[in-house]
Order: sequence, then structure tokens, then C-alpha cells
Amino acid sequence: MHLWKNVVIRQLMIPLLCFAASMAESRAAEPPKAKQLAPPTQFRAEDVPGDAGTGIDLFWTLSKDDEEDTKPRKVLRYVISRKQVGGEEEEVVLNSGTPLVVEVEEKKSEFEVIGEATYRKNTFRDSNCETDVPYLYRIQAFGPNNTSSPAVEIDEPIIASLQWFNLQRSWFAVFVFLICGSVIVFIEMARRGRKLKIRKIAGLEAITDAVGRATEMGRSCLFVPGIQDINDIQTVAGITVLSQVAKTTADYRATLEVPTARSLVMTTARDTVEAAYLQAGRPDEYNEDNIYYITDEQFGYVASVTGKMVRDKPAACFYMGAFYAESLILAETGNSVGAIQVAGTAMPTQLPFFVAACDFTLIGEEFFAASAYLSGEPQQLGSLKGQDFGKLIGGILLLAGCLIMTVSAFESRGEPPSEENKTFLQSAQTYLIENILGKGGF
Amino acid sequence: MKRTVPLLISAVTGFALIGTAFIPSFVDWGNDAMAWFNLLAAFAFILGGGNLLKMQLQKISAQQAGWGYAAVTLIAFFTTLFVGLAKVGVHPNAKFPEFSWSGNYLEEGSAFWWFFEYIFTPLSATMFALLAFYISSAAFRAFRAKNTEATILLIIAVIVLLGRTYASEWLTGGLPNTPIFGEGGITYSDFKLDHLSQIIMDDFTTPGMRAIKIGIALGVASTSLKVLLGVDRSYLGSDQEA
Repeated sequence: MHLWKNVVIRQLMIPLLCFAASMAESRAAEPPKAKQLAPPTQFRAEDVPGDAGTGIDLFWTLSKDDEEDTKPRKVLRYVISRKQVGGEEEEVVLNSGTPLVVEVEEKKSEFEVIGEATYRKNTFRDSNCETDVPYLYRIQAFGPNNTSSPAVEIDEPIIASLQWFNLQRSWFAVFVFLICGSVIVFIEMARRGRKLKIRKIAGLEAITDAVGRATEMGRSCLFVPGIQDINDIQTVAGITVLSQVAKTTADYRATLEVPTARSLVMTTARDTVEAAYLQAGRPDEYNEDNIYYITDEQFGYVASVTGKMVRDKPAACFYMGAFYAESLILAETGNSVGAIQVAGTAMPTQLPFFVAACDFTLIGEEFFAASAYLSGEPQQLGSLKGQDFGKLIGGILLLAGCLIMTVSAFESRGEPPSEENKTFLQSAQTYLIENILGKGGF
Repeated sequence: MKRTVPLLISAVTGFALIGTAFIPSFVDWGNDAMAWFNLLAAFAFILGGGNLLKMQLQKISAQQAGWGYAAVTLIAFFTTLFVGLAKVGVHPNAKFPEFSWSGNYLEEGSAFWWFFEYIFTPLSATMFALLAFYISSAAFRAFRAKNTEATILLIIAVIVLLGRTYASEWLTGGLPNTPIFGEGGITYSDFKLDHLSQIIMDDFTTPGMRAIKIGIALGVASTSLKVLLGVDRSYLGSDQEA
């Protein structure tokens, strides 16, 4: 009996095992079904404001699977595709002779991938659009092992349109207009003979003394116009100071050397110094070989100039232009050879080094005022008054901003103001931050 | 004429570049203007190289003091130029194996790469490293307590210097977080060097730097306008020849 039972069970087990094995095999043969990711939602597109009609901004709400702390990440990237809506139209003449406008080609009718955003990003800018062409956009989230979400499209086509004026910068334009206008007005006033009072700048007064000292000692003057090219406004300002320094050296018959780090600066400096010597009535004293190019390489230039300083021991060194890490190396070497040193730069990070190592330093705006100050020409001095007007505007805005922020902070008493119940001052504060200082525009 | 034409070019280009900030359709013009400058700068390399050769050859031929340096400069110049142009040690590009010069001149292991890696970079680093010594000597001179202002500068410099290093933790890390007077007032830990350093940087240095930057911005605007309007033409040279 017991033996019979065993036989029956065995007979039943064999087909069951075969069935289970075949099921397992068929499951193994099927590719694993990838789990679909949740799609990004609220996908929308906006024309980039204030551009030349080439950009469209895309925004979306992150996929629910794109969580901040989940590891491994379910969503790795969002792939953005674009297609142009509508086709090329062409006039076709039918057999009957009737002209008919037909859409001959569904131009770029398929979605093409234009870029992707990484996880946790919910914006993308398409900067390669054609102006006034309608586009449709599609977004899809992708995860590891080719998992993806269903594609989401924007509701209706969007076009990138050209704006004639960047309204986001309207306040900036107002300030530019005010400051530039005031500079022009003061220049014109100075031209008409109005006397302008300019304070003394010690560093610029020292230039004549330094050149005089160099003449007495029979040593040269060294002028370093920075290490940037002529497209940098600091180099231009440096060259205009060079013009005045060259006039002084021409008057005193001192030798002026100008090593440059850019060949365009060299040619400009040569023209400037030549003109200054002509103006001083000593064209014969001008030697173009004293203005020469060394190298574009920062530390190669420094090595050459400092070597020259140590060998020739110039009595006066002028550093006027854009400087980086080389500022202190140059100034300390000049100091070690006992030269009188005057520096001027608009690089805030290098100013402390020059202040520490030079006898006189023109800080920021003083450097830009140097040319006008040294030339003494009324119309140039007028531009300095224009700068002062700019400072007045800046000061008024600063005071107004401080006042509004302080009083509105007292009004809200530490709590952030709600959108509905904003007081006048709180609204003014928002306008100041977002429109005047930010990108809100008018 | 020598001054008028450049002035006209700079004025038109300058105002077009200002326009790019406000008028989007000007952006392409601005990009074109910048491309012109890059072209000019590329050609200027030839001008610079020519001037360098002329100056160094003059020094050597006149046997001026330090003419040996000029010789070293010329040897380095021509050697680098040769290995760069001839692509010495560069393997042909895998896509064009039949063209022996198709490889990248900066390919790892090439002579130019070797010069850059083992001569140029260490020499530049050496010059840069000198800065550390110069900072020390300049700081020593600047912080000598000669008068009241210099003494204040010295004290503030020491606070910032120590506050930005681990010395701050060693020296003042143990100050308790308990109020000095009464409840809720200034605590002892407020006098930690790193905290004082931060106050100095945020409340004194930052406004000072911003004031300087505002002045710089106005100076840039004024100088640019002078140049564009031709009020200051000193950088253009003279119409006459010396």
C-alpha cells in the first residue's frame, strides 16, 4: 500500500515539475518588463524675454520619482525633444491650370532631441530657435536600465519672437543715460569756459617729482601698462596716463622704457609716446626701441621686467593698467631697487598689494581720472564732474534703499510680508530689489 | 586722417557694443566686432614675434650688457617654434595614419608637450612661488606699527589672519557660549577670532570693496565715453611723424 502511494505521488510530481520548469523557462525567455517612471508634469514653454528671437524657456514640475534623497536615483535625466510645426508651402499648378497652394513637405515633422537636463532640474533653455517659427516640445524622464516615463508635450506650439528693446534692462538703460548724459553735459559746460574745481590727487602730483628724480639720478623711468590687451579699458586708461608721463619725460629729457605684454599695446604705446614727444617739442628724443614687446605669458613677462629692474635700477616705476598676481612681484622688486613707485589699477584684489609696496596708489576711479587730471584740458576735467554726478545718483539710491529696507523691516517686524497685505514701503522694497536692481524692468 | 579713421572705427564699434546690452538685434554685430578684434590680435602675434627678434638681435649684435639672456631667449624661441610647427614626436592621427603631421601638436609625449610640461610649467610656477616671499616682505613693511593708523591696521590684520586659520580654534575655541552681561547679550564666544574675522570681512571690507567698485564702474563709463566721443585722443598718437 505504502509503495503504491509513493508511485502515484511520483507520477503526479513529474508533470507538475515539468510544468513548473517550462513556466520558469518561458519567464526567463521574456525580457524583464521595465517599470515606467512617473512623467514630469505641468510642462510649459515661454519665449525668452528681451532676446533676438532665438530662445525659448521650458519649465516643468519634476517627476514624482525624481526624489531628492532616493539612492540609487530612479530618474537620471530629462530628455527634451523639439519639432517644427507646419510645413513649407508651395504654389503648384494643377493640370486644369488652377494654381493651388499645398503643403509640400512636413518639415522636420519628427521630434528631434535638442538637449537634456539632469535630475532635479526643472528648466531648460533652447537657444537655437528660428524667429517666428512655431515649435512643439516634448519631455521624457529617463532612469537607469532604459526605464523611462511617458512623453509629455506642451499644449500648443510656441514661437520665439524678436524684441526690439530688452525691457528687463530698462532701469539700467535709464542709469546709463543719466550718467553718460551728465558726463556729456559737464564736458560741454567745460568747453564753454565754466571753471571746474578738482581736488588734488597726491599720486598724480608725484609723477613729475618721480621723473625729475630719475633725471637727476641719470636713470630711466619704467612704465608698465598692465598685462591685458588694448580692448581692456584699464589698458586704454593706462596708455592715456602714459601720454602724460611721456610728455614729462620729454620735458626733463629722461629715458622712458615701456615693456608690454601685448603687441597691440606696444604699437598703441609707440604712437602715444611719439605724439607726446612731438607735442613736447622733442621729437628727436623719441626712441621707439624703448617701447617693446616681451611676451603674452604672465610670468614670462614678469621675469623679464623684474630682471630688467634689477639690472638697470630705474629711478621711477609706473604701473598703470590691469594687473593680476604679478602686481606684488613687480612692485616689491621696484621697491627693492629703491625706485619711486606710482601704481594705478581698477583690479580691487590687487590694490592692497600696490598700497603696501608702492609710494602712491591711484585707487579705482582715481586711476581713470588720472589722464584728465594730468592733461588739465577743461573738456576732460568735465568728465570727472560727470563721474561725480554718477556718485550722487548712487548715493541717493543707497540712502533710499537703506531707508526703505530699514523702515519696512520695522513694519513687518521680522515676519515676511504676505503678497496681499503689502504696505507701500514693502511694495517699494520689492520694486527696488526686483525691478530696479533685478530684471523686472519698468 | 591717421587719427580720424581709427576714432570713427572705435566710436562705431563701441556704440554698437553698448547697444548689445539693450537691443537684442545688435548682439550679432557685437559678436562680429569681437571676432574682428580676435583676428587683429592673431595677426599681432606676428608683429610681436618680429619685434622680439629685432630687439634680441640688436642686443646680441651690439654686445649690450646681458646679451647672453638675449641669446637664450632666441634659442628658446626658435626651438619651441620648430618643435611646435614640425610636430616633433607627434604620432599621426588614427583617422589619417598616412599623413604623418595629422596628430595634435600637444599630444602627450611629443616634444612640444615635453617643453610645456617640464620647462614652461615649472618655470612659471617658480615665478609664481616668489609671490609668497614678496607677500611676507610687503606685509612686514605694511604692518610696522609706526603710527596709530598702522597699529590699527596691524591689529585687524592679525585678527583676520588668525581667524582664517586653525589658530583661531586653538586660541579662542574654548570661549564659552555664556552671556557676559545679563541674559541674551553679547557672549564670550562672540570674541572668537574666526567670528571677529568674519565681522571685519562682512561689515567693513565688503562695503569698502563695493564703494571702490562703484567708483571703478563710473570711471569705466566716463573713460569709455571720452574715448568714444574723441574727447581723449592721446591713445591715437599724432597725425605727424616724429
